[in-house]
Amino acid sequence: MEHLEFSFDHGSMAPANDFAHAGVVGSGNLEVLLERAELSGRCEAVVDTAIRGYERTWHKVLSDFVTRQGLADVRISINDGGATPAVVCLRLDQAAADLKGAPA
Amino acid sequence: MGDSGTAIDGAVRDWGTLRERYCARMQRGAALAKDKVVAPDDVVALLEAVIEPGDRLCIEGNNQKHADFLAECLAEVSPERVHDLHIIQSNIALAPHLDVFERGIAERLDFCYSGPQGLRLSRLVKEGRLKVGAIHTYLELYGRYFCDLTPNVSFIAADAADHEGNLYTGPNTEDTPAIVEATAFKSGILIAQVNRIVDRVPRVDVPGDWVSFVVEAPRPYYIEPIFTRDPAAITEVQILMAMMVIRGIYEKYGVARLNHGIGFDTAAIELILPTYAADLGLRGKICKYMSVNPCPTLIPAIESGFVEGIHCAGSELGMENYVSERSDVFFTGRDGSMRSNRIFCQIAGHYSDLFIGSTLQIDLEGNSSTATLSRITGFGGAPNFGSESRARRHGSESWLMAGREAHRGNGMPRGRKLVVQIVESFREGLSSTFVERLDAWKLQESFGLPLPPVMVYGDDLTHIVTEEGIANLLLCDGPEEREQAIRGVAGYTEVGMARDPEMVRRLRAKGAVSYPEDLGVDKRLATRDLLAARSIKDLVRWSGGLYDPPARFRNW
Repeated sequence: MEHLEFSFDHGSMAPANDFAHAGVVGSGNLEVLLERAELSGRCEAVVDTAIRGYERTWHKVLSDFVTRQGLADVRISINDGGATPAVVCLRLDQAAADLKGAPA
Repeated sequence: MGDSGTAIDGAVRDWGTLRERYCARMQRGAALAKDKVVAPDDVVALLEAVIEPGDRLCIEGNNQKHADFLAECLAEVSPERVHDLHIIQSNIALAPHLDVFERGIAERLDFCYSGPQGLRLSRLVKEGRLKVGAIHTYLELYGRYFCDLTPNVSFIAADAADHEGNLYTGPNTEDTPAIVEATAFKSGILIAQVNRIVDRVPRVDVPGDWVSFVVEAPRPYYIEPIFTRDPAAITEVQILMAMMVIRGIYEKYGVARLNHGIGFDTAAIELILPTYAADLGLRGKICKYMSVNPCPTLIPAIESGFVEGIHCAGSELGMENYVSERSDVFFTGRDGSMRSNRIFCQIAGHYSDLFIGSTLQIDLEGNSSTATLSRITGFGGAPNFGSESRARRHGSESWLMAGREAHRGNGMPRGRKLVVQIVESFREGLSSTFVERLDAWKLQESFGLPLPPVMVYGDDLTHIVTEEGIANLLLCDGPEEREQAIRGVAGYTEVGMARDPEMVRRLRAKGAVSYPEDLGVDKRLATRDLLAARSIKDLVRWSGGLYDPPARFRNW
């Protein structure tokens, strides 16, 4: 297991909902929880992953995600069972769409 | 006076040597046959009698059915009597196909595809016991059968024969017509292994007077269900990519006629036609005619009225009754069973609007290959399906729109076939699909090939679809934009992370790179709920019980 923590500069869009959840913990899969939090506009992320050695990729994936979605004041919690970046991005974007309360 | 005795410049040349040799071979072989029928125990002796050293020999064997009994018999002949054979066949799949090289019966090989024997094949090449002429596409090798690689002897497989040698191939006709035509009409010996000898065949697929000998094999020919994909194994990332294909390519261009490669990526597309594409109002507009084997994952799209016509290269185990009961969709014989033909299917696909398939590696020019370092595999049908059809003349919405994007008003108006590769940026084991240099280059070196074994060339490719988005190479100006468009969808691979973000932004603005949000794809819908069938059992249900999956796919 590896525990990683990241913090990102603030974006523009405060979430409409209190929290959103996507995915399940399992081999090649992951669980994402996004929560509204008072972080002075910043976003913070904690990642617990079964696979060591991918800190640089996690940082890039999460930083791109926060920028892409323009999120502010969101806490990101991830339990990862060895998902590829493709699955991670899918889950993050699915959760973000719910958090923003965007129409389906 | 027959063929011989024509005089040119005073020299007398015999113009019928092939026919004379055929008669001599037949005479030697007839001693072992009753009419045309040879007993299984006499087949090795028959082969020693009719095959001559240095012959070009073809053993029918493809993705599916194999003349496996005859292949085993060939591996048992005496290398003193039969040697220096040049094997010219599409598929190297069974151990006896390479035993003939181990035993010194054959020495040269021209082929298309190897699959599970790829590792052993590369060892034999390294040991100098097998010389590879070239790794061909199917159409290319069949073409050479009628040019400079005509078989002297061919082994084929059929369901049934009568006593006159008329053959019934059943739904798996596949390569048989190409091999038969080239062999029978250039004085070659044609030997058929059949599952049963009957008084009257259900339909004549090969006329008896083209066939030299028939043997009822001790067991039915080997056949493999290679087009069956269990919907249970389709991932949500594959569903996301399928959604992007439908919105960003099929809907955009109005793709009505196409070829799907095999794999879970295209199975995912097939399984969201009745759900996602139907909701977009695309029934009757996309995916109407396909050149593809009867993949079970097509059943929901057929049943829901999406796919109207399918021509197949071969059949698929378990689909026989379903196909037979859907003769408005599939090509079937008067006897009710399917008629397949690899050449016609390849031609139909080559001149259609789109090919989509998967690959293992893509470089920065868009060249792709499934060849990896340790094995020689080859590509089968993908290079013919997955190439621009420059000779095409008839128009279609898709072909004309792609042509406008490609040429943008410069010079003579042309159409353009869409050639799409669908890949995840990382394959299993976190190896990158996107590479600076294909393994194919090293393979060329180690096997002494004339060129690196590329499956689809970059200049034939029009789109790359990944979990990140779609690169439209038609809209790229010059190699630099092309490279950045590829990097722009290469995800978190080294190739993707080395993108120039500013240039990718510009490419996105002009539509050369599109992400799901640009295509109107809502990622929240990318769940397995979107699949019209989520298991093999669901497929059986959709088929009204007509699909009869092989035991290995039954988990209920």
